[in-house]
Amino acid sequence: MSRLLDVDHLTLQFDTDEGRITAVDDVSFTLETGEIMGLVGESGSGKSVTAKSIMKLNPSNAVYGDETSIKLHIDKTIDIMPLHGSRALKVIRGGAISMIFQEPMASFAPAISIGNQMVEQLQIHTDMNKKQATELSIEMLARVGISDAATRFKQFVFELSGGMRQRAMIAMALSTKPKLLIADEPTTALDVTIQAQVIDLMKDLVAEFGMGIVFITHDLGVVAQTCDKVAVMYLGRLIEQGSVRDVIRNPQHPYTKGLLAALPRLDDLDAPLVPVPGDIPSPLERPTGCVFHTRCSVAIAGRCSADIPQFVNVSDTHSAACHLVEGRVS
Amino acid sequence: MNNTPLIETKDLSVHYPLRGKLFGPQPVVRAVEKVSVKIAAGSFFGLVGESGSGKTTFGRALLRAAPITYGTIRYDDGEVSYDLEKVDKNDLREYRKRAQLIFQDPYAALSPRMTVRDIIAEPLQVMGLTKSREETDARVREIAEKCRLNLEHLRRFPHAFSGGQRQRISIARALVSAPKFIVADESVAALDVSIQADVLNLLKAIQQDMGLTFLFISHDLSVVAHTCDHVAVMYLGRLVETAPTRALFAQPKHPYTRALLSAIPSLDPDDRGNAQRLEGEIPSPTNPPPGCKFQTRCPNAVDHCRQVEPVLEQAGDNHEVSCHRWKELLDLGGTPA
Repeated sequence: MSRLLDVDHLTLQFDTDEGRITAVDDVSFTLETGEIMGLVGESGSGKSVTAKSIMKLNPSNAVYGDETSIKLHIDKTIDIMPLHGSRALKVIRGGAISMIFQEPMASFAPAISIGNQMVEQLQIHTDMNKKQATELSIEMLARVGISDAATRFKQFVFELSGGMRQRAMIAMALSTKPKLLIADEPTTALDVTIQAQVIDLMKDLVAEFGMGIVFITHDLGVVAQTCDKVAVMYLGRLIEQGSVRDVIRNPQHPYTKGLLAALPRLDDLDAPLVPVPGDIPSPLERPTGCVFHTRCSVAIAGRCSADIPQFVNVSDTHSAACHLVEGRVS
Repeated sequence: MNNTPLIETKDLSVHYPLRGKLFGPQPVVRAVEKVSVKIAAGSFFGLVGESGSGKTTFGRALLRAAPITYGTIRYDDGEVSYDLEKVDKNDLREYRKRAQLIFQDPYAALSPRMTVRDIIAEPLQVMGLTKSREETDARVREIAEKCRLNLEHLRRFPHAFSGGQRQRISIARALVSAPKFIVADESVAALDVSIQADVLNLLKAIQQDMGLTFLFISHDLSVVAHTCDHVAVMYLGRLVETAPTRALFAQPKHPYTRALLSAIPSLDPDDRGNAQRLEGEIPSPTNPPPGCKFQTRCPNAVDHCRQVEPVLEQAGDNHEVSCHRWKELLDLGGTPA
């Protein structure tokens, strides 16, 4: 494995009518080639915005922090933050990095056939001619398990079922052979039986193409089944990260513990569902100190509301940012 | 919990006409086809299925909000009883006080122009249940407290609230007319897990406190497993299996229920890939396959399944299953995944 992506001190704010809102606060993580990283959090945690920052897809009122650095290591290292304008960003957008969205119906143009959209992006990002691009697109559609791919190629998005749309989306995202795939809740809108199929497909494709994936989801079960490592976000901050086994079996941060306790589990029907108390604070009223202290049942009075906790290593593959976690300071 | 059914349906069917041909029989979508269930008074009855299974339409039919093509619905709460497929206007108005719906999306269900107090009070005024403003206010406060809403917040507008709080407002509005029967359609699907647990606990507490009967419609089997006493599984408009929750999850007997259970992503990272995968997708209800509706995706389908549609059979205490081969599959060691 080799390093594919370095995200360092990513801070992102939005200028709005109500003032400057912090969406992501000092987030750092790395991804290796062939690795799937789950980015987990509830609504408003900043997970989607974090992923979009990697392609600089955030709206124009986004303000990145001065220390923010995002580096993609492909044949050479691409420093993404200084890139401006769609021409400069074309190298990464749809080329080195592809993205799959939650709602494929909204991601395909409704009045252009699936095939034409796939061919168009191939012609933009590769030097294929139309015939080659058509052949590759049909091959990719067949590869993701769409039967009768040549017919589907000519169809429009509304003619496909939900599961098939998501497969077509994946085929399109992978046809340019990206080094990094960003998947934003790719299975959330699907039924469980279809979700299981799509997850299997994505795992097969990683094994085959050897790319890295940032997998955004709110579902810890999906993470356990798909990812190698996981990063948990709350209100724009990373609060725990590590290998999937470490984080799910031995959660350290009170928020991660709370998420797991709130989840209805099939292996123990008698276990009570324990909600995390309170609601996520509005981004306009970000708590001081540890962002989670307003809902934390074990917060230390005076300390958690004042000091921002730093990441400490629980093991070589697991770290958490909480004042109560004992470990080696990293 | 006593076992007299609050609601009993027999062969309940909801068909919607498709854009008609000029001649010949009018094509229809069989959204719900011959569903017979008994919902015991005081129970938390779960209804699960994927999109297109007809679960929402079934819930709406019980509220008389979907056209009933044939079949019967008997409602009996001890005080009044109705044959819902043929009630007259006056009885229907009375029934609406006793049966309420909680919607899925707490952002779409609340009018942005009304205060929380007015939203919760509206059913009381529409149904004429209270005589004075004081009485209305007292009732609103009582129900808001039950739903753990801050009374200070009654004067605010819904936009000021988070998803969990909004869902509690929706619940308060559904409960304010003191109903006996609640249809909760995907009521926690739009909420984050940490909030979802809170709303589920609230629903359970209220159900026990007020002696309500719930029809809890959900696509999420793990949520249903934790909240419901009894579960019915629908597929393409048909009831495929119904059983007490424990029995269903301990030993699902229909191949579809088994597949549905094994498709839930396990939280155990080492429990990967041994799940039984269903191929294909749910067929279109406008063009259902012949025979058993599940035969196109069923790993156990044989010729008989492709020709003859199975009917519900008794498969245990209060456990019914609609599959030609359930016994055989059980003997073959069709163990739950």
